[in-house]
Amino acid sequence: MEQLKTIGRELAMGSQGGFGQSKEFLDLVKSIGEARSKAEEDRIVLSEVDILKRRLLEPDIPKRKMKEYIIRLVYIEMLGHDASFGYIHAVKMTHDDNLLLKRTGYLAVTLFLNEDHDLIILIVNTIQKDLRSDNYLVVCAALNAICRLINEETIPAVLPQVVELLNHQKEAVRKKAIMALHRFHRKSPSSVSHLVSNFRKRLCDNDPGVMGATLCPLFDLISEDVNSYKDLVSSFVSILKQVTERRLPKSYDYHQMPAPFIQIKLLKIMALLGSGDKNASDIMSMVLGDLFRKCDSSTNIGNAILYECIRCISCILPNPKLLEAAADAISKFLKSDSHNLKYMGIDGLGRLIKISPDIAEQHQLAVIDCLEDPDDTLKRKTFELLYKMTKSSNVEVIVDRMIDYMISINDNHYKTEIASRCVELAEQFAPSNQWFIQIMNKVFEHAGDLVNIKVAHNLMRLIAEGFGEDDDDADSKLRLSAVESYLQLISEPKLPSLFLQVISWVLGEYGTADGKYSASYISGKLCDVADAYSSDETVKGYAVSALMKIYAFEIASGRKVDVLPECQSLIEELLASHSTDLQQRAYELQALLALDARAVETILPLDASCEDIEVDKDLSFLNGYIQQAIESGAQPYISERERSGMFETTDYHPQDHHEVPTHALRFEAYELPKPSVPPQASNELVPVPEPSYYSESHQPISTSLVSERESSEIKLRLDGVKQKWGRPSYQSTTAASSTTPQAANGISTHSDAGVGSSSSKPRSSYEPKKPEIDPEKQRLAASLFGGSSSRTDKRSSSGGHKPAKGTANKTATVPKENQTPVQPPPDLLDFGEPTATTVTAMDPFKELEGLMDSSSQDGGSSDVMGLYSDAAPVTTTTSVDSLLSELSDSSKGNSRTYQPQTSKGPNTKEALEKDALVRQMGVNPTSQNPTLFKDLLG
Amino acid sequence: MIKAVMMLNTQGKPRLAKFYDYLPVEKQQELIRGVFSVLCSRPENVSNFLEIDSLFGPDSRLVYKHYATLYFVLVFDGSENELAMLDLIQVLVETLDKCFSNVCELDIVFNYSKMHAVLDEIVFGGQVLETSSAEVMKAVEEISKLEAASNSISLVPKSVSGWRGR
Repeated sequence: MEQLKTIGRELAMGSQGGFGQSKEFLDLVKSIGEARSKAEEDRIVLSEVDILKRRLLEPDIPKRKMKEYIIRLVYIEMLGHDASFGYIHAVKMTHDDNLLLKRTGYLAVTLFLNEDHDLIILIVNTIQKDLRSDNYLVVCAALNAICRLINEETIPAVLPQVVELLNHQKEAVRKKAIMALHRFHRKSPSSVSHLVSNFRKRLCDNDPGVMGATLCPLFDLISEDVNSYKDLVSSFVSILKQVTERRLPKSYDYHQMPAPFIQIKLLKIMALLGSGDKNASDIMSMVLGDLFRKCDSSTNIGNAILYECIRCISCILPNPKLLEAAADAISKFLKSDSHNLKYMGIDGLGRLIKISPDIAEQHQLAVIDCLEDPDDTLKRKTFELLYKMTKSSNVEVIVDRMIDYMISINDNHYKTEIASRCVELAEQFAPSNQWFIQIMNKVFEHAGDLVNIKVAHNLMRLIAEGFGEDDDDADSKLRLSAVESYLQLISEPKLPSLFLQVISWVLGEYGTADGKYSASYISGKLCDVADAYSSDETVKGYAVSALMKIYAFEIASGRKVDVLPECQSLIEELLASHSTDLQQRAYELQALLALDARAVETILPLDASCEDIEVDKDLSFLNGYIQQAIESGAQPYISERERSGMFETTDYHPQDHHEVPTHALRFEAYELPKPSVPPQASNELVPVPEPSYYSESHQPISTSLVSERESSEIKLRLDGVKQKWGRPSYQSTTAASSTTPQAANGISTHSDAGVGSSSSKPRSSYEPKKPEIDPEKQRLAASLFGGSSSRTDKRSSSGGHKPAKGTANKTATVPKENQTPVQPPPDLLDFGEPTATTVTAMDPFKELEGLMDSSSQDGGSSDVMGLYSDAAPVTTTTSVDSLLSELSDSSKGNSRTYQPQTSKGPNTKEALEKDALVRQMGVNPTSQNPTLFKDLLG
Repeated sequence: MIKAVMMLNTQGKPRLAKFYDYLPVEKQQELIRGVFSVLCSRPENVSNFLEIDSLFGPDSRLVYKHYATLYFVLVFDGSENELAMLDLIQVLVETLDKCFSNVCELDIVFNYSKMHAVLDEIVFGGQVLETSSAEVMKAVEEISKLEAASNSISLVPKSVSGWRGR
């Protein structure tokens, strides 16, 4: 009875074309949706895995059931559980003749398997057969699978057929064949290098879709080798022209823009071709100018094209007119309320600034707004821009800002990046060495464990070498200031290890150099460090070496050394240390303390860290001693090699172990089975094939596949396949390894920790628009942007206070502040006027309303669709919180471009139908899971 | 190139996930969780873009759009345009909406294979293949028509014995 019910339901569902799944599956989805913890979800999925394992073992599974099982397997794997026990069934399903089943099989296989999986070998034949199918949908499915499942080794098996398909009558097939070929090119460029001319040919395809698809591989090819495609410049330009002149079919319009995605791709290609090429740039400038005029900047996609134009212009040889147009577009972006557009604007600014550095000045306030925006993405982009426009006049402000931001975030990955940028800028533009050391201290203090160890070494070298000029006085001042700052910092808890190493080194080398601090004071501090960080052997090693230096300097200068009791106990502890390195250092220190002044001076001379130490590898200074020994009858030295009599080994080269696989995969059908072989019992159902059927060598052995499927020994056979053809395991890493984070070397480490950084920021009080511009902001703007043009102006000012917010806490530590070239302007109006615009004073919502009004008035020429994501009133309505409501809302606003249904608004009738359907299937909404069913039941 | 397409609901459950370079299941899960934790920490009314090098390697960007109970996420590299990707999400949603007439989360859950069919028409092997939702609809409809046709034939299983494998 129960079964009957299920069947009835299934039929009902089937007739509605809706959910073609059984109640079991619906229940699964529902219970997963209701699961309140990951553990509960895991439990549900694991029991589902058990069920499926059992079901798949049952005999005589109807195909439709099988299809559902496979979908369930896919679902399980999407939730992160292993479904490998069912892979073989998905593979079998690809062999099916039924299109629906075949497609399901291919779908599952592309999601389950990677190109190096052992089961791929079972699919290659099917793919070959399907590529030759009369049904173009089968061909498409096969091409789809190719993209994912074919590796370098199997490319030759399908390549000829894919190339043939480039001329298929259906444009959908041509399109996909091109993409497949592109994929091959990405995987192994050499295998298709003789076929790249096909891409050129397809560029002239009648179908715009195929032409557009061809642009993808061409983009890749051109970025690899620009020069061999220069001849295509005029073709690309003329295509772009035709597209903008709306010569393409209407169906390619998107939000009233003609084929925008094709335009974008073309612009990208043109940027590549035009860079540094006068001729090409000239040809392009016309069409680029047109685009600026024609682009509708009220839609998202129009702005995408505008941005792409800006990018293109920044790449090709500069053209003053176009640059001006680009600058205009950028200022529109920056003034927009949409964060997305601001982001693009900042990005565009960063590109144009390389060509015309003045452009940033007119947007200074906008940039500073972005810098203080609560949106983390925008902020980061702005820091990138600042990084690009840093010069010696504004480096202090920018680096200070960066460090403040660096301190505020938790995202280690980005922290690392911004720290390394700070270091780079500081190294490049530092106005003074004191400042440099201050900055480095900050970087080390807050991101010490993340920066590259080289940075630490650089800092040590800088302190040791000083300015590089012969100004010893300045050098010692620098060192003193470093020592002082370190003595201040050293008592802070939990300093990063790398920073402590630097501190220890500097204190050891220069702590007592000018007599301000006594040896016992410094050594006491060093002992504290070694004590406090007793688990860090590197730091301890540095500390002990530093102690050694300090005592050595004391001894050398003839003073009496009294070792502090805590230092003594440290030495004793380290003498018994498990680390041989620490032990050795301790013994050395102990030995050094017993030596006389002259010897100590030779071992550790004062301030000699920059002296080159020459290592005499030949030990020539021993020659006299050896001579003496030989004369007195000693045996001459015989090298170890001679002693063991292995003269020949010098010629020995380790043999090349990379054996070239002698047998590659065979894709042609195997030779005919001898007719005399009697058919096996399990093959009864398959007629013995006629020999003539196999005369074509390319014919896939379909019958044998069928028999394989039916064979009762399928497991055994598979194992055989594995052993014989399975790829050696050492080759199977290629695809995955390129994307997995490398955890090896310091600075480039990608860390996944602490992604949720933006939430912790104390920016909640931020208001997007302020009625008047904060004078502080203006000062900041002045110090950021004003460096070049109006410097004399600012220099005369006397209000020597830096922008308070960012740097106030630091003013005491930044030396020579009054002499810094950048000073805030005396006259705030200078900067207030041009950008204290009406825009900033307006209410953003009002503005938006205005926009929407105008768009409806002028007959919907501007597109509300693109805007609606920003229109907060629409998205925040919680009562009809569903996809459909949003979409239909927007469709109301813009019935021209988007009218999928005859009825407007939330389609209540359909929703009711779905509701009824779901109820009929016994899935009822529950209070624990409101969201899942909210859409349906409203 | 597009690296991944994901649909997550607001509770972080993946509704559809497709990676265009092979990744082991555990890695996929890690990325999905990582993406979700970034997304849910974003305040409202900020940009739809993210630089996501920390999860997907250098030069990776992410564009997302929040519709009702679902996040639509595209991950891609520097050779794509962010705004255009945002519109690609729009194309996808529009197409789904036409496909299921008023799409909702449930449609996506239960029509898993159809979802993939739509997605495969739009993004192919990590490249944008087709951006006209009308064209996509045409292709998908043709597929379902043919599928339905072949399905009705096979309602009477041809040979049950064919599956007597074990």
